[in-house]
Amino acid sequence: MSLAKRIIPCLDVDAGRVVKGVKFVDIRDAGDPVEIAKRYDFEGADEITFLDITASSDERETMVHVVERVAAEVFIPLTVGGGIRKVDDIRTLLNAGADKVGINTAAVFNPEFVQQASDKVGSQCIVVAIDAKQVSQPNEPLKWEIYTHGGRKPTGLDALKWAEKMQQLGAGEILLTSMDRDGTKIGFDLELTRSISEAVGIPVIASGGVGTLAHLADGVTIGKADAVLAASIFHFGEYSIQEAKSYMAEQGIMVRR
Amino acid sequence: MNIAIVDYGMGNLYSVAKAVEHVADAKDSIVVTSDAKKIAASDKIIFPGQGAAKDCMQALDEYSLQPVIMTAAKQKPFLGICMGMQVLMQMSEENNGIDCLGLYSGTVKYFGNHIEIGASETSYKVPHMGWNVIQQQQNHPLWNNIKDKSYFYFVHSYFVYPEQPELTAGVTDYGVAFTSVIAHENVFALQCHPEKSAQAGLQLLKNFIHWDGSASIN
Repeated sequence: MSLAKRIIPCLDVDAGRVVKGVKFVDIRDAGDPVEIAKRYDFEGADEITFLDITASSDERETMVHVVERVAAEVFIPLTVGGGIRKVDDIRTLLNAGADKVGINTAAVFNPEFVQQASDKVGSQCIVVAIDAKQVSQPNEPLKWEIYTHGGRKPTGLDALKWAEKMQQLGAGEILLTSMDRDGTKIGFDLELTRSISEAVGIPVIASGGVGTLAHLADGVTIGKADAVLAASIFHFGEYSIQEAKSYMAEQGIMVRR
Repeated sequence: MNIAIVDYGMGNLYSVAKAVEHVADAKDSIVVTSDAKKIAASDKIIFPGQGAAKDCMQALDEYSLQPVIMTAAKQKPFLGICMGMQVLMQMSEENNGIDCLGLYSGTVKYFGNHIEIGASETSYKVPHMGWNVIQQQQNHPLWNNIKDKSYFYFVHSYFVYPEQPELTAGVTDYGVAFTSVIAHENVFALQCHPEKSAQAGLQLLKNFIHWDGSASIN
């Protein structure tokens, strides 16, 4: 017996509102993070990730209130990412009821921040988000590079080495997004997922490219991920979390039901 | 009903408090407190905790809460959560060995000494973090309406090993089968986080609120 593989819906939040059009016919306010989180909890989500895409820093406080409101009504682990730069930001979110925080750009520009953060709040609260793009040519061994700014800026950092370094500095988990696949609905970059999963001794969450339930299962069975994250296939009601879990269970994957 | 959630600075209690409020009756009073008098006066105690054993024991000392916790653990319905379970034992292997409250004989052991840690197919990642099942070992009022082998949410690197096997009310398997729940008289203590364990966790907290502190099934 071991841990269940997790299914994690991801919500983009802008100034306190869920954006990218979540469409549930029976939800009164599709922009309300609490309503949507409750719905996913009810469907059996194992965890919920909120990505704060608020552009202006004076609205950071809004995300803290969102977390407080969600944590008061939804009793599963909550992860919050986006714009986290300081240990104080992390503490504030954890005190508001978040269980983990995602660090992305701040880790790239200041890797020691990951160490500082994990020393202060514990590795189990620190998720390092890695956005990777394949950079090898077709006749070369596969190679991926870390990108920032939504996949626009290359950093010169090798994804595999970076993941190992993040683990050494105290990351408790890796949220791995393929920038080649994000938004494409053609499935995870399974080679990338598998390479990172086999290189680190911390859980890897596969992200980017899910369009079908088979893609979710592949992330676990072929990509060796511990968890799979998806947004649009759940938001637009194409599939429910229950359907995803039933499908994964049929493929022999252990899921919480 | 007065329920005290013991606050000794170890971990965030917001989620615990909200989960308990969520399943409590309107007449119940739930207070998060480090005040020994309030803890002594309450009808039920929830004793959470996160972090290292050394820090937890030090914090209990600094807040002078050891006596009131020990008294409560012998008298009234008492729910230990995570570190609030581990420190009930005699000692923990964490931080090179830490004396704990010693309510029960036994130690708190490190996973790494019992399973292989790593990324391979046969090894395990530590901390044990995520959803795992609890196999119920006793009939107990706190298991009411919770199916055997329900999933609960865990985050920990150490587990308790009680000397008296009859204390074990739940077992979880993570490379090693460990005691994930202890029950004895008025005490029920779990390694997992009921406040993050969805419906099963809320049901358990609800059962605790309605529990008279006796281990027998009505």
